[in-house]
Amino acid sequence: MLDVLSHLWSHYHYVFYILLMLIGLYAVLAKGNLVKKVIGLNVLQTAVFLFYISIGRKAGGTAPVLWEGKPETVPYENPLPHVLMLTAIVVGVSITAVALALIIRIKRGYGTIEEGEILALDEADARGES
Amino acid sequence: MVAHLPVLTIMIPLFAGLFMPLLGRLNRAIVWPLAVGALGFATFGSIHMLVDVATTGEAIHYSFGGWALPTGIGYRVDLLNGMVLAMIAGAGLLTSIWMLRPAQKEIPDEGRTSYYAVFLLCCAGFLGITITADIFNLYVFLEIASITSYVLIAMGGRRQALYAGYSYLIVGSIGATFILLGIGHLYMRTGSLGMADILSQFQADTSLYTLSDVRTAFAFFTVGLAIKMALFPLHGWQPSAYTYAPSPSSLFIASTSTKVSAYAFYRICFGVFGLAFLTDGLPEIRQIVLVMSSAAIVLGPLIAIRQGDLKRLLAYSSVGQIGYIMLGVVLLNVDGLTGGIIHFWNHAAAKGSLFCVAGALVFRTGSSRVSDLAGMGRRAPWTSAVLTVAGCSMVGVPMTAGFLSKWYLAAGALEADYVFVVPVLIASSVFTAIYVWRVLQLVWFAPKDVEPAVTSEVPWSMRIPALALGAACLVFGLTPWSVDLARSAAVALGVGS
Repeated sequence: MLDVLSHLWSHYHYVFYILLMLIGLYAVLAKGNLVKKVIGLNVLQTAVFLFYISIGRKAGGTAPVLWEGKPETVPYENPLPHVLMLTAIVVGVSITAVALALIIRIKRGYGTIEEGEILALDEADARGES
Repeated sequence: MVAHLPVLTIMIPLFAGLFMPLLGRLNRAIVWPLAVGALGFATFGSIHMLVDVATTGEAIHYSFGGWALPTGIGYRVDLLNGMVLAMIAGAGLLTSIWMLRPAQKEIPDEGRTSYYAVFLLCCAGFLGITITADIFNLYVFLEIASITSYVLIAMGGRRQALYAGYSYLIVGSIGATFILLGIGHLYMRTGSLGMADILSQFQADTSLYTLSDVRTAFAFFTVGLAIKMALFPLHGWQPSAYTYAPSPSSLFIASTSTKVSAYAFYRICFGVFGLAFLTDGLPEIRQIVLVMSSAAIVLGPLIAIRQGDLKRLLAYSSVGQIGYIMLGVVLLNVDGLTGGIIHFWNHAAAKGSLFCVAGALVFRTGSSRVSDLAGMGRRAPWTSAVLTVAGCSMVGVPMTAGFLSKWYLAAGALEADYVFVVPVLIASSVFTAIYVWRVLQLVWFAPKDVEPAVTSEVPWSMRIPALALGAACLVFGLTPWSVDLARSAAVALGVGS
C-alpha cells in the first residue's frame, strides 16, 4: 500500500493528468448541453497538454537556449513536447471553433441545444416521414 | 519533378484548397476545374509512385529541407500505402467530377466555393495520413482530415446533418485525443517520432514490449483508430453521418475515410510496433480485434437488412466491410493480409459505385428512400447496371472484386486456424445477399403498374464516374494484377507465408 502511494506521489503529474482527463470525458459523456460537451472536450485536450509538457520536464532544467559561456553540464527542458503541444493547441482551438459554429446552426435549426430535446425532435421527424 | 512527386501529391490539393475561396471570389467558373485538376494531378502522382515502387521493389523516401530522418519529417511510399494513396486520389478525382451537378442542387450558392475548398483540404488530409513517415505528422493530417469531414457532413441541407456532424465531431475528437496520447506514451519511451526509428528500437530490444507504457500506447491507438474507422461497437457516429451528409460528401467519405484509419492501424501495427508485438508482445490484442471485426462482419449487414433509407443501409454495410479489412491484420499470414489489403480497393470501388447510385436517387427524387428505387431499371439502365455489379461485388459473387477479398480472407483464416471465421464470412455474404436482392428486385422486377420515381438517367458528369467505379469492381475481379500487388505488399510487411 505504502509502495503504491509513494509511487503515485513521485509520479503525481500522471495522477493529475488522468484526473483531468476523466473529468473531461465525464463532461462529454454525461452532460446534455452541447456547449458543456465542448467544454468537456477542451478539458480532455488540456489534460493531454499537461501530460506532454510534464514528460519534457527535467529537474533544475533551464530554457533550451545556447548562450555565451553556457557550461556543458547545465540540464535543459526538452523543447520538443512543447512544440508538439503548440500544434495540438491550434488543433484544439479549430475544433472548438467548428463545434461552436455547428452549435449556433443547431440552435437555429432545432431551437434548442439540449441533446435530449434534439433527439426527441429527430424521432418525431422520423415518425412523420414513415 | 519526379523526385518531388511525394510532396507535390499532397501539397497541390492542399494549396488548391487554400486558395480556392480567393480564386472563387474572382471567378466562380474556375472552382470545379481547379478541384478536378488538383485531384487529377494527385491521382497521376500517386499512380506514378505506385508503379515506381512496384517495378523497382524499393520504397520511395522523401525528407523535408534536407533533414534526414529521424531528426526531420519525412514521407515514405511503399506498396501498401502506394495502393491506399491511389485509392484516395482516384476516389477524390471521381467524386470531384461527379459532384458538379449534385453540388449545384444540394449546396446553397453562397457556400459552394467553400464546399469545394473544404473537400480538397479533406483529400489532402487523407493523402497526408497515408504518405507520412512521422507519427506526429500523422496526427496533424488526421485532424486536418477530421475537421474538414465534420464540415463536409454538416453541410447537408437538413438540420439532422448539423447534429450528425456535431456528434461525429465530439466522438472523433475523443478518438484523435486518444491517438495523441498514444503518440505521447510512445515518445516518452523511445524519444522519437519517426516511425522507422521507433520500429528499429523495438526490434533491437523486444523486452520493451512488456513495458506498461508501450502497451498503454497501443491501447490508445487501437481505441482511437477504432472510433475513427467505425469498427463495431464504436460505429455509433457513422450511420447518421453518412445518411444526412450531402451526396458528394457521403460518396467521398464512405469510399475513403474509414479505410484510411484502417490503413493507419496497419501502419501502427507493422511500421511502428512491429510484427513481433502482435505475435509475442501482446497476443491478446489479436483476439480482441478478431472478435470486434467478426462481430462487425456479421452484424453490419444484418442491421442493414432492416433499413428503409438507402444511404443508411449502405452505412451499416460499411460497418461490416471495415471488419474485413481489420480481419486481415489479425490473421497475420500472407493470404489473410492479401485479402485485407485488396479489400481497400475492392470496397472503395463497390461502396463508391453504390453511393453514386444513392446520390443519383437523391438527385432525381430529393430523398434516399429504398422504395423509390422501384422500377429504376426501366428508366435509368446505366445507373441500375452499376448498382447490380457493385451489389454482386458486395455479396462476393465470383468474377467480381468482392469474391477475391473473401476468398483470400477465408484461406488466411483456415491457415491461421481460426476456422470459425469461415462461417462468419458465409453468414455475412448471406445477409448481404438478402439486402442486395431486396434492392435489385425493386430496381429490375417492380410491377409494371408502378410509376418509377427515378424518371430518367442522370447527367453524363455523374454517369461516367459511376460507370468507372462499377467497371473497377469487374476489373479487379477478373484480372490478377491487383491481387498480385496486394500480395507483394503483404509479403513486404514481413509476415511468414
